[in-house]
Amino acid sequence: MKREEILRQFEPRRENIIGIFHALQNANPRKYLTKDDLLAVAEYLDLPPTYVYGVAGFYSYFKFEPRGKYVIRVCDSPGCRLFGSLDILEKLKEVLGIEVGETTKDGMFTLETTSCIGFCTHSPAMLINDEIFVDLTPSKIEKIIEEKRRNV
Amino acid sequence: MELIGYREEGKRVLLANVGKYSPTSIDNYVANGGFEALKKVLKEMSPTDLINTVKESGLRGRGGAGFPTGLKWELTAKEDSDVKYVIANADEGEFGTFKDRMIMEGDPYLLIEGMVLAGYAVGATEGYIYLRAEYPHLWHVLGEALEKARERGYLGKKIQGSDFSFDIKLFRGAGAYVCGEETALLESLEGKRGHPRRKPPYPAQHGLWGKPTVVNNVETLSYVPLIIKNGIEWFRSMGTEKSPGTKIFTVIGRVKHPGGYEVEMGTPLSTLLFDYACADRNEFKGALVGGAAGVVVDESFLDVKLDFESLEERGALLGSGAILVFNKDDCVVDILHSVLQFFKHESCGKCAPCRLGTQALFEIIEEIRYGEATGEDIDKMVEIAETMKDAAYCPLGQFVVLPVKSAIERFRGEIERHLDPQFACKKCWR
Repeated sequence: MKREEILRQFEPRRENIIGIFHALQNANPRKYLTKDDLLAVAEYLDLPPTYVYGVAGFYSYFKFEPRGKYVIRVCDSPGCRLFGSLDILEKLKEVLGIEVGETTKDGMFTLETTSCIGFCTHSPAMLINDEIFVDLTPSKIEKIIEEKRRNV
Repeated sequence: MELIGYREEGKRVLLANVGKYSPTSIDNYVANGGFEALKKVLKEMSPTDLINTVKESGLRGRGGAGFPTGLKWELTAKEDSDVKYVIANADEGEFGTFKDRMIMEGDPYLLIEGMVLAGYAVGATEGYIYLRAEYPHLWHVLGEALEKARERGYLGKKIQGSDFSFDIKLFRGAGAYVCGEETALLESLEGKRGHPRRKPPYPAQHGLWGKPTVVNNVETLSYVPLIIKNGIEWFRSMGTEKSPGTKIFTVIGRVKHPGGYEVEMGTPLSTLLFDYACADRNEFKGALVGGAAGVVVDESFLDVKLDFESLEERGALLGSGAILVFNKDDCVVDILHSVLQFFKHESCGKCAPCRLGTQALFEIIEEIRYGEATGEDIDKMVEIAETMKDAAYCPLGQFVVLPVKSAIERFRGEIERHLDPQFACKKCWR
């Protein structure tokens, strides 16, 4: 869907700004908000571009850099930490060859951390896009990544 | 949909029907007594009657502060305004907490009915559910439930043929813990950064778009239909004098059966941990009670009763009801490191004490973790956290002192061992 069509799904009121960000970011295959997105939102809602950027930048969900097809978000809250989320994170860095916040060169994976996602009964847990993975171990990580690579 | 984390032990009242029927089936909800409370209220009770019933029941807010729900409603009802709002705080961001998720994915109409009742009580016509972004599946569950409630006339214009109109909108957050604070939530709903507001004025007077607004936790609102349906006596027969009813606790960490347990208020911590969740008594070292802004406790705390007043007496808080259990093999520094990393990330940046304080605390715990700190640094952590308690703008910054101070008070020896550069703590990644 074109940017203008997405915008027109919302009434041009400031309270819709977060909903608009979600919609624009979801529609972008690289899952981020572009400079043009932000400028278009500013014009549509009749708000200063600095304000629009300031709101988007406040929320962890919105990103300004292109991300991979699969955004991996590893929970690093205490519940998962207790069960080795740091090992999971290290394993992912090793398998993907990137640091937290980076995207693989082929544009496949982005590695991020997240605050608690509420699946603490099956720690450690992570999300790949909206899909939940629980009871993780380093060897499971290898399999999961391999599978995602094969799915392309 | 797979239900993750539900436990049968305890006393299931709020969660009584969870798992028994398809959560979005309105027929099943109605067949099990759903919307009876609403029908009764619309037919027999005035808004004042409803408020008085909730007041007399003694229901207190389940989001952490324990404020009397009836009183909150009364304050909002008293305000003279043609527009008022009811907001369900479903921005469940406290780590280890998933009680609201359990209610919403298992029995979403309970929340909807509770919100309509709140709207009737205070004279509101519009409601919002502020749902955290991390629960994408609930967006669909709640959306479907709202649509069906609208079709059946439980939402919208002239509800069930009465003169009362009320509708609910869903709002998706975007990953900010601070938005669980009610005034930051209001800012976010208005399309702004989630920065907390100065209180007073409270939302009851000056809430969403400056209008009188009730902000209640999901668990609180969901309890209201049950109280109306079963009566005050029934509600007060559970729990304690000052904290009646049941409460959902999420027990995680080193227990055999982690999950959400609904138990009566006043249940001893040891019962919950050892009898229900089956923690190992021989391995038990301590627990973090109440979420990130909770208190680190040791064995001496096991006899404490889980209700607002008993915990307060011992310098702790019920908080969100999350309890993280750790064993003798686990490292308190590692846990505190993770807690402080959480606060550093989630501090909204509005006020300097919290913005700089969470950063400084994190830097010190990093140094401790890598054997680069001194005993003075440990004292400095307490000092910084206490300054934040006095000077921070909102509860996020003010409550960081709880985990920091309690962990240092109860496990200072273990933390000091990390000061020795030769000490190799495997848990701390050195």
